[in-house]
Amino acid sequence: MKTRIQIQADDFDIAAELDALALNTDAGAVASFIGRVRREGDLSALTLEHYPKMTEAEIARLVAEAQNRWPLLAVTVLHRVGRLEPGARIVLVAVASAHRKAAFEACEFLIDYLKTQAPFWKEESRGNERHWVAARQSDDQAASRWRK
Amino acid sequence: MTLVYFAWVRQKIGKGEEQFTLPANVRDVASLVAHLKTLGPGYADAFADPARLRVAVNQQHGGFDTKIADGDEIAVFPPVTGG
Repeated sequence: MKTRIQIQADDFDIAAELDALALNTDAGAVASFIGRVRREGDLSALTLEHYPKMTEAEIARLVAEAQNRWPLLAVTVLHRVGRLEPGARIVLVAVASAHRKAAFEACEFLIDYLKTQAPFWKEESRGNERHWVAARQSDDQAASRWRK
Repeated sequence: MTLVYFAWVRQKIGKGEEQFTLPANVRDVASLVAHLKTLGPGYADAFADPARLRVAVNQQHGGFDTKIADGDEIAVFPPVTGG
């Protein structure tokens, strides 16, 4: 299976990534999720910190788990770090499979698990204040429904 | 061993990484955190509420009962918020 995992400061090109994902595969289905910085009140920036030695390895573990559960042909996970403005892309999860059920489910599984396992932390800037985003119970619940 | 801290844990302690000699009686994450709390007010504040903390040992998620040894890298951080 083709796996592409990248942590980067730069923005990514969704169309190019989705085309590249299915290239040279027998994929009949490509499913994707893009996470963006939500515009919310006086939010001026979102800064993403991460644990460099662990981030890619943890995402690779999640991708391996997805591959165990579904017949996947290719997976791409791109996640940005650093200072991002409202409207900016944060994360791309994209999955190619022969048929759509596996692609949709694996894509949702990957983002649900990334949000509870991958070592990133978000800090919001509003005016002169900075404030760490708290993890949400709804994210834990979303991940737990995939428990076998 | 190496200790690494992230987000508000890092901010309260005042540094993101440090080298640390494991005391003889510290064998797991819980006893490590209990020991670190005594090192100063920043540490006490960062580690005040274990329910707000998560740990990784050698870049794998662990728990307060995870055994640790010299040469390990222990990371302490809030619940993650990526994606």
